[in-house]
Amino acid sequence: MSLNIIVLAKQVPDTRNVGKDAMKEDGTINRAVLPAIFNPEDLNALEQALRLKDAHPGSKVTLLTMGLPRAAEIIREAIYRGADGGILLTDRALGGADTLATSYSLAQAVKKFGNCDIIIGGRQAIDGDTAQVGPQISEKLGIPQVTYAEEILGIEDGKITVKRRLEHGVETVKAPLPCVITVNGSAAECRPRNAKRLMKYKYAAAPSELAKLDEVAQARVAANPELNIQEWSAAFVEADPQQIGLAGSPTKVKSIENVVFTAKDSRRLDNDDAQIEDLIKELITNHTIG
Amino acid sequence: MANFYTDNPDLKHHLNHPLMQKIVELRERNYTDAEKFDYAPANFADAMDNYDKVLEVVGDICGGKIAENAEAVDHQGASCSDGRAHYADGTVENLDLCRKAGLMGMAMPRRFGGLNFPITPYIMAAEIVSRADTGFENLWGLQDCAETLYEFGSEEQRAKYIPRVCEGETMSMDLTEPDAGSDLQSVMLKATQKEDGTWVLNGVKRFITNGDSDIHLVLARSEEGTKDGRGLSMFIYDKRNGGVTVRRIENKMGIKGSPTCELVYKNAPAELCGSRRMGLIKYVMALMNGARLGIAAQSVGVSEIAYREALGYAKERKQFGKAIIEFPAVAEMLSVMKAKLDASRSLLYECSRFVDMYKIYEDIARERSLTPDERAEMKHYSKLADALTPLAKGLGSEYCNQNAYDCIQIHGGSGFMKDYACERIYRDARITSIYEGTTQLQVVAAIRHVTTGTYATLIDTYAAVEYPEALADKAALLKSLTEKYKAAVAKVNEANNPAYLDFMARRLVEMAGFIIMAYLVLQDAKANESFARTATVYTKLVEAEVARHCEFIDNFKIEQLQDYTY
Repeated sequence: MSLNIIVLAKQVPDTRNVGKDAMKEDGTINRAVLPAIFNPEDLNALEQALRLKDAHPGSKVTLLTMGLPRAAEIIREAIYRGADGGILLTDRALGGADTLATSYSLAQAVKKFGNCDIIIGGRQAIDGDTAQVGPQISEKLGIPQVTYAEEILGIEDGKITVKRRLEHGVETVKAPLPCVITVNGSAAECRPRNAKRLMKYKYAAAPSELAKLDEVAQARVAANPELNIQEWSAAFVEADPQQIGLAGSPTKVKSIENVVFTAKDSRRLDNDDAQIEDLIKELITNHTIG
Repeated sequence: MANFYTDNPDLKHHLNHPLMQKIVELRERNYTDAEKFDYAPANFADAMDNYDKVLEVVGDICGGKIAENAEAVDHQGASCSDGRAHYADGTVENLDLCRKAGLMGMAMPRRFGGLNFPITPYIMAAEIVSRADTGFENLWGLQDCAETLYEFGSEEQRAKYIPRVCEGETMSMDLTEPDAGSDLQSVMLKATQKEDGTWVLNGVKRFITNGDSDIHLVLARSEEGTKDGRGLSMFIYDKRNGGVTVRRIENKMGIKGSPTCELVYKNAPAELCGSRRMGLIKYVMALMNGARLGIAAQSVGVSEIAYREALGYAKERKQFGKAIIEFPAVAEMLSVMKAKLDASRSLLYECSRFVDMYKIYEDIARERSLTPDERAEMKHYSKLADALTPLAKGLGSEYCNQNAYDCIQIHGGSGFMKDYACERIYRDARITSIYEGTTQLQVVAAIRHVTTGTYATLIDTYAAVEYPEALADKAALLKSLTEKYKAAVAKVNEANNPAYLDFMARRLVEMAGFIIMAYLVLQDAKANESFARTATVYTKLVEAEVARHCEFIDNFKIEQLQDYTY
């Protein structure tokens, strides 16, 4: 069977290599110094989607991202790696969204997209670390969700089998399609960008980007419909203005503080297996380690 | 994770050389492929952007997974069982990545599934791969063999094999035998033509890099009773047909991820590639020239990583209350390492551009006859490529060994331990000045360009370039060094004594190579200020080297030759 797969992805500031100027004085992220990247776990999700496409010829993988117009960059990146196309959900009205407004907006886009079998995304984005958007989308769409997925084992009789990576082990579950899956960073790394696809699709552009391209590139896009990245607005996905952007976001950030970890407690143990074992048990119980 | 392309602006400098415009236009036949292939460039800027973007992918994979895997690959190494060679786990992963990224068959025409890259950006990719994992560069770089298959195979053979290489099947060149190393004329592997016209191969090959590859180019004796190179032909062996087993793999000092195989051919079916008897004389020579450029790229990759490891350590390591890079002795070593690196890289890409120019004309000549001007230009660049290839390989590989040595030296005692990458780099570097023709054999290939004046003429064209005021003193110095070189050549030529010429050959070839590299570095500095340091350091180095060689030649008496004879 061929599948219609939506990959949810976010363009995020690269918070993995944070220097001292990564935060502005008001505690918000200084996006100017952090390069914008494809959220890492969304890449893991893309790989799972592409593997399904490999296993089910004729399947289509579409990247859906909500963000600034420049988020079209990650759509191109996904196409270089094997995705068939992408949708950029961008609108000033969508700005300032918390997870509730984001998941509402994305769920509206998924509805607009129509018939799809799997909606798959990373577990969480490295800028917010909430892991809420995926599950909220599934609730809003009223379909099952499988979180912490590490590997999709297969699809049979309209059911997908997924291996989940949990804190203390592995769980294999089955879910009926359509469903939402969120993928863990422990899943297989995404395949690289492919040279031919890169050369073919480097001119792919969303309408708002087209104007900035030179004539040769514009002619290319005009001649090849595959190079058009779809750009959707809030109105296009029929989103209720009260439920999107700042208006739809009950979460208000009051203040942000830098937290510096300091030692609170020190204990001395003898070189004794029993004492060490007791400490380890204690640390596991209070979730310091494990 | 580092990106080995974008973290090294020197690469872009070389990629953007003015000659590239002509190379790309010719290679792309005025961009006519754009109508047939959706990934073909529409113009020069588009093509250059393609190279840049694809090299960025190469740099990403290399700076990420491949570099990360290098240590484990070195520890695990390749292995051999049941007549087959097996890659280390990391190597399998690396190859898979390169396949998925579409980095195989980069220089092959699009109609066979390749990227149709000129040699220059392909060689740049090779350099980047080598920096990440020197041994892996061998496996990846053997896609070169497809070039030979393209040049000399029939259209049917091209269509059969080249797409497979572009899809990621690996290749090998099966030349060496137990009694035929540098002397390939003594190859004995027997090719027998059966009654139905097909061929089978029998015998043994040794020291075959990636000998368990999917598609082999094999040098074999097709003419029974012959003893020299004229009885040898080139064959294609397809692993899918069976008949070749791996008897053992070598336990090597370095490039451990690259299996070096002893192969046993038992009635292995094979296809003749090209014409009989031309195997060594024509095809293997072409194959070797391509491979030598590959080793030159590999060497520059080693020089790069050696320099970076040394620089990183010297900045971090503190002794006597300060970082050791602040000590003049260490700083000088680093400056010289960088100068050698820059010089060998400049020579590498000068050479690759020359190779591009003549090979593209050769290819155009397969489609239509060349104009007299084009033919003359092809000959011109072919000669220059022939002259620069042994220099790039010979001197580049010596430099990377020197840099690997100094890299360990800067690490001090720690460098002698297995804890740092430098010891692997040192072991990996060692083969570069040996395989695909030792440095001594590169000298043999290069010396005729000393005696016939190819190098002198090329140097004169470099001297005729205008240099800015800031580089005028260096340009003047190089002019005077050129005079010394020419005088030394004249002296040796005049003696008309082959043994004496042989004896002085390396000195003369080195001088030519050093002066050429110094001029190239000067041109780099002219185009880009970031090479100013190298221009100083390298010309100072060359000044001293030329003086040393000239002094030796000047003060040498021919009768002293006997004391160097065994």
